[in-house]
Order: sequence, then structure tokens, then C-alpha cells
Amino acid sequence: MPEPLLDVRGVTLQYKTKEHLVTATYRVSFQVFRSDRFVMLGPSGCGKSSLLKAVGGYLDPVEGDIRLANEVIRKPGPDRVMVFQEFDQLLPWKTVKENVMFALTASRRLSGKSAEERAMHYIEKVNLASFANSLPHTLSGGMKQRVAIARGMAMEPAILLMDEPFAALDSLTRGKMQEELLQLWEGTRFTVLFVTHSIPEAVRIGNRILLLSPHPGQVKAELNSTGRDETPSGARLSLRIEELLFGKAVETEGARHG
Amino acid sequence: MAEKTAQVERPEFVAQVQKSYGVIEKPLTPWERIYNNGAIRKTALLIAVAAAWELYARRVDNPLLFPTFSAMASALWRAIASGVIPQRTWSSIRVLLQGYAAGLLIAVALTALATATRVGTDLLETLSSMFNPLPSIALLPLAVLWFGLGNGSLIFVLIHAVLWSVALNTHAGFRSVSESLRMVGRNYGLTGVRYVALILIPAAFPHILSGLKIGWAFAWRTLIAAELVFGVSQGSGGLGWYIFENKNLLETANVFAGLFTVILIGLAVENLIFRNIEQRTVRKWGMQT
Repeated sequence: MPEPLLDVRGVTLQYKTKEHLVTATYRVSFQVFRSDRFVMLGPSGCGKSSLLKAVGGYLDPVEGDIRLANEVIRKPGPDRVMVFQEFDQLLPWKTVKENVMFALTASRRLSGKSAEERAMHYIEKVNLASFANSLPHTLSGGMKQRVAIARGMAMEPAILLMDEPFAALDSLTRGKMQEELLQLWEGTRFTVLFVTHSIPEAVRIGNRILLLSPHPGQVKAELNSTGRDETPSGARLSLRIEELLFGKAVETEGARHG
Repeated sequence: MAEKTAQVERPEFVAQVQKSYGVIEKPLTPWERIYNNGAIRKTALLIAVAAAWELYARRVDNPLLFPTFSAMASALWRAIASGVIPQRTWSSIRVLLQGYAAGLLIAVALTALATATRVGTDLLETLSSMFNPLPSIALLPLAVLWFGLGNGSLIFVLIHAVLWSVALNTHAGFRSVSESLRMVGRNYGLTGVRYVALILIPAAFPHILSGLKIGWAFAWRTLIAAELVFGVSQGSGGLGWYIFENKNLLETANVFAGLFTVILIGLAVENLIFRNIEQRTVRKWGMQT
């Protein structure tokens, strides 16, 4: 087996609210390899977003460590670019092109002409070339997320971190964006760590799915996915995930809801 | 129990959607367009107010207490032509700009401290909650004691007028910058001054701009009021002193002309300078509607 790109070892995460010290995850371990579409899936409270933040360098583990290409992660950096769920992640005072360029120039990756060329290359990839000079508030939610993805890809990071990037979109746009993300991946085969609470999304996007159980987040299972909602035994993968996450009880409950 | 109604069966169809459709946008009538223009509506209102003033003053017929609009206008014209009002206005504005600039500098320092440290935040919050409700003009007697009758005292009260609103608004603006924008900035490795200049200031710009506007309005009022109390320092006072002087001479039309100039300058700064900045920044960026 080759070296893992991202190695999460026994990570316990805690954060403070006004009144409590919350343990978000307890001794979680997993490994992400190059070109993985690695999905972290679980109900709310399973610490999947906290884990992503820790990989991003925004949250320090109280126990265990996180290594990217054998280097321990200590702070945020342009080798791990985050794409958020919120539409306000774009800088509203910069155009689409300037937003992508800003990522490159602020992180001192590229400057001037070469930054502009790289930016336009990725804006074209997400089919927004004709909106390159538009300001973010004139774009739809789906277009804003496409800009954020283009911005993330333009940085050509070691790993792209996506925190429920399509959760705030309507379901038609959401399906289209999932398809586009897979096409983009076919083109460059970048490594992506994707957080979602939607089972169909996880099944469709991921090649490897990490299931987390809540309160505090612990690893429940790691499954393979072909993207076609099937398991080697012929059963449906999404049903298997539901069973693992919620047990049998949910199925009868689901039947009652009809 | 009622019998269940059967669903109506009907054939499916797929329609050909027309590619080009005739008129989707229809122009408004000229009258609608004129009425939709705020500037025109407001100008009409101003003309109506001036006419009412003129009519009422003519009926009262007491130029000493209430001169007509036309008397005020001609007094204003004479004062402008003779260079008195421009000179007084300039001397007011010069002091104002000095005070405003000094207030901004201190506000920047205080906000920087508040953004960098928790103690700084506490300091800013405590000081501003103490001093913000205190009218600047109330500090004037003290300022005169400390700095004497002169621009020093005026600048001192102006700083007080500008400082708190700008510092408070900027700090509130920084705090309201969304978590995702902050994380985006840090993601690119931005820290310290670069982080503040490239992320925090533009993201908080709507708040900063409204702080600047409030600070300007406070400062302008405070200055005119302060000049009324002691206007003349180095031979020539500002607009407030002009109003006070003419009241003593019972040149009531000139008093009105002075007040009118104060209003005009207030409106000009609000509508020409700040409105322009707003259009080019926060409105263009869709951060304020």
C-alpha cells in the first residue's frame, strides 16, 4: 500500500461554547490517499465539520495528530483549501475573476499575468467565463458555489476540503453540481475530503465513505462506493449506511411515514 | 362514507417553447419616470417649502424677526459675492478637517488595540459607553480651560465628536465579519496587517462608512455650536461666529443666510461625498441596498 496523503490518528477534538466544553470527536482515525474522493458522513453532532476544520488547521486536536504528507498540521495554509457551505465565502467587493486571483496572490502562489491566466483557466472549467467580471451578489447560489470551487481548485492544493458545499442549494441545482464536481474530478483527479449529512450525496460523490456516530463522533465504519448505490453483495449501499447509522429502528419508522 | 372520486385521466403533452418572444420589457410613460425620480420629487417639495416661507413672511411683515425667503436669498447672495461667507465657511471647514482627521487617527489606534487584545476591547467598550452619551459641546468649558480660546479647544471637542462613533462602528463592523470570510482569509495564510487590510476593512466597510457619516454629522453640529459660544480667535471666526455676529447686529436676514449655508454644506457632504462613496463601494458590492 502507498503512503497515505492525509493521516488522521486518534484525534479527539473539543471546543468551548459559552457554558460547556464539548467533545466533538473521540479518537477518530482514518487515512486519505491521493485522488480519493473521501466522504465523511454522519448525523449532526458527529463532529464531521469539526474534523474538517481540524484538517484545515483551524482547530487543534487535544489528543492525536493529523499529518498531511507526513507533516503535522498546525495552522491553516494554502495547501488545504476549504470550500464552505455559506454563500458569503466569496469576497463581495471583488469580481469572480478577482476572487480567484485574490486566493493566488494573497497566498503568494502566483502574481500578475500568471495569476490571471490560472484564474481564467479554472473559471472556464466551471463554465463561468462569461461571468468573470461579475460581482458575487449578482450570481445565483449555485454559481457562487462554482466560483468557490474554482477558487479552491485554482490553488491546486494537496487536498480540497469541502464542508457541505451543496447543502444550501435547491435539489435540482444540487444534483447538477454533484455531476459537475465528478466531471471536474475526472479531469484532474484532485484529492477531496467532503463532508455531508446526505446519504445519497455521499454515495454519489465518494469512492470511500467514513461513517461517524454522534455524541461524541466516533468511527462507525468505512465503506467503498462505486457511485451507483450498490454493494458487492448486491444490496443497496444507501440502505446499508442507514442501517449502520440508525440501526433497524429507522426502517420501521420509515415505513410508518410511508 | 363518501365514495372516493376517481382521478381524471388525460394525455401527456410536450410543448414547443417559443425561442423569441415579442415585448417583455415595456418602457414606462414619461410621467411615471419623472415621478420615480427621487431628486425631482424632493426638489418639488423644497420649492413648495420656500414658497410657503415667502408667503407667510410677507403676511407677518416683520423683517427683524422673520425675513422673507427672497430677503434671505439676496442676503446670502450678497454675502457670497462679498467673499464673507466663503471665507467664514473655509475657516470652519479647515478646523473641522483637522479635528476630523485627528479623531480618525485616534479611532484607528483604539480600534486596532481593541481588535488585537481583549483588554483593548474592554477599554473601547467602557470608554465609549462612558463618553458617547456625553455631548461634545459640554466639554467646551473644560477645553477652554485647558487649551484657551482658540482652535485647540475646537479641535479637542471635534475629536470627541468623531472618535467614539467611528471607533465603535468600526469595531462592531470587524466583529460582524462572517466566520467563513475570516476562515477564507486565514486559509490563504493572511495574518496581522495584511489580514486586516485585505479582509476585515473591506468586509466591515458598510459599518465603517456609517461610522464616518455619523462622526461627520456630529462634528459639523458641534463645530457650529462651539463657534457660537466663542467664535473669534484669530481675527476671523467661522460660520457659527458669523451667525452670532449678525444676531447682535440684528441683521436677521444674514442670520438666516448663515443657517442656510450650514444646511447646504451638511447636505452637500452627505449627498455628494458620502453618497458617491456609497455608490462606488457598498452598493456596488451588494452589501447595502
